[in-house]
Amino acid sequence: MSALGNIIKKELRELLTPATFLPIIMVALIFGLMGNSIQGVQDVAKEPPIIGVINEDNSSLSHIVNNILYNNSKVVFNSSSINDKQTGLRIVKQENGVALIIINHNFTDQILNGQQGTLEVYWIMKGTGLMDTISSSVVEYLITTINTNISKELIQTNASTNKTNATVILEPTTKLETTYLKDQEFVGLSPNTLSQILFSQSLFIPIIMMMIIIMSGSIVITSMALEKESKTLETLLTLPVKRTSIVTGKIVASAIIGLMLAIIYMIGMNYYLQGLQFSGGGPSLSKYNLVLNTQGFIMVGISLFIALIAGLALCMLLGTFAKSYKSAQTLTFPITMLALIPMFITMFVDFDTLPLAIKVFVFAIPFSHPMMASRALIFGDYTLVMSGIIYVTIFAIVTISVVVWMFKTDRILTGSTRRKREGRNLITNMFKLRRF
Amino acid sequence: MVAIEVKNLVKKYGTIDAVREVSFTVNNGEIFGLIGPNGAGKTTVLRIISTILHITSGSVKILDYDLSKNPDEIRKMISYLPEDAGAYKNLKGKEYLEFIARFFNEGKKTQEIVEKGIMIADLDERINDRVDTYSKGMMRRLLVGRALMTDPKLAILDEPTSGLDVINAQEVRKIIKNTAGKGTTVLLSSHNMLEVEFLCDRIALIAEGKIVETGKPKDLMNKYNARNIEEVFTSVVK
Repeated sequence: MSALGNIIKKELRELLTPATFLPIIMVALIFGLMGNSIQGVQDVAKEPPIIGVINEDNSSLSHIVNNILYNNSKVVFNSSSINDKQTGLRIVKQENGVALIIINHNFTDQILNGQQGTLEVYWIMKGTGLMDTISSSVVEYLITTINTNISKELIQTNASTNKTNATVILEPTTKLETTYLKDQEFVGLSPNTLSQILFSQSLFIPIIMMMIIIMSGSIVITSMALEKESKTLETLLTLPVKRTSIVTGKIVASAIIGLMLAIIYMIGMNYYLQGLQFSGGGPSLSKYNLVLNTQGFIMVGISLFIALIAGLALCMLLGTFAKSYKSAQTLTFPITMLALIPMFITMFVDFDTLPLAIKVFVFAIPFSHPMMASRALIFGDYTLVMSGIIYVTIFAIVTISVVVWMFKTDRILTGSTRRKREGRNLITNMFKLRRF
Repeated sequence: MVAIEVKNLVKKYGTIDAVREVSFTVNNGEIFGLIGPNGAGKTTVLRIISTILHITSGSVKILDYDLSKNPDEIRKMISYLPEDAGAYKNLKGKEYLEFIARFFNEGKKTQEIVEKGIMIADLDERINDRVDTYSKGMMRRLLVGRALMTDPKLAILDEPTSGLDVINAQEVRKIIKNTAGKGTTVLLSSHNMLEVEFLCDRIALIAEGKIVETGKPKDLMNKYNARNIEEVFTSVVK
């Protein structure tokens, strides 16, 4: 073999390690999952939305509205009386529908008299994630189509000559929207607006949580690896100090560093969000009772702190397997993934609307809970938050106990037996006593 | 009085026998050396006596405490120096000694322990420099200072002069001799046969996890008609 070939072979052996390939394989898997999710969104968007219609205006323009809705939706409730509104809402909810649309009795007259015709839209929102607004977006699109078709009709029949103005021709309808979400009524808000408000409000905690876990988790794992590499861990284990104190000391110190990093990050993020609110304006969160009260803030804080401790305990556990600084870098990857997965899921999908298997998966990840807490508390779902805190506390206690147990076993120092086997092979050579 | 009593000690890593039926005793104030090639099981024995590895079978008593039952009590009386050990790189030499001393401040003030560590390490002003600026010899002296500053009843030193130049190695040997002279029992490992001949009161030769010979260096040399321990070892393992 040539010198070049020899070097290439050696380099490949050094580089072809799980540490090189695992991250990129995981990234590829994530892209695959994202691709599937996008496909899922497209499939949902292709499905005709389930709606109910109350048409009180049996006139020409309301027929256009009716035709478009019937041709492009699955209408599960149909009536001509406003008195059936509650029945309609109930049926649409039962049928997993997205909206009840009411065409007012003077809809056609309003438009022909130069006013925008009123469509009352009662949205039924199943969850708070961005993905939960797909069906309502389809209905929004149908309403845009209705506007276009009525505009065409007005222009073609020349009905606007006297009383209808240009603005009404271009935008012949107006919506009076009310959204029902988790037993709460939001008058004047569409699902899209509501979802965007909640997204921007609850974006903060998932990102903070992810940043703290990744940064302080990396600190813990690297610290363990360095302790092993420099054999300071061996010294520490022979000192008159309890294993519990060693483990707790490492976790608490890393948690403090993590919180310091989080505070620095939050200051920057806060300025960023303030800038967004100033430039964007938008509806007041307190008007719709979409803000956390003091109790809620405390619960989110507890959830965040417990999840941080659980995360760091998990990192300690992974750190016990680290043999060197290089291997520590690989071990931070599972933690990064565990922080990223719930962050993306909670951003785009509501926990309540997830399939059971994914619900269990998300619930099992301790970092999910602070990410879901603020949104759940806004809607009064104390059960989810409390059960999350209890679960994560148990998870943290169990993980810390396992780490302490690991510190009491040989595994903390020996790792695997492979190295020992290699070591023993040296005996043969050493019998030559050349070094003595 | 016996400081260490090891009886039929066995340590297995899975299917590998690292230590096989090892038995020896070390008396109080004695310097006892475990001598053998790399991979012979010296470090495993020292780690077991230092309470950081569990025994598979057999028994170990340290200063009358059973190792399996009273590791916490034993840790108060011993000091362990691993081979090629380092210190926390962001700390200064003195800060590292203070960190360790705080675990032993019962009955003796931390500062007194640190002062003793500084004296043993003998690094002059460099004791106030960060550990990551130390040479290998300076690091070893700091760690020897750390290991002996607490006046341990038993000092367990794994290859205490490994990798050191002649001057630094001699300094470390002197420190070990002085410490033993003041009543500390020393158990050390080495593959440097000439070093143990000079340093140890008694030695045990270990190969493939077994103790193959024990005795005073001079007695062993007479027994095997050898000029030095190196020749004794060669005769024994052949």
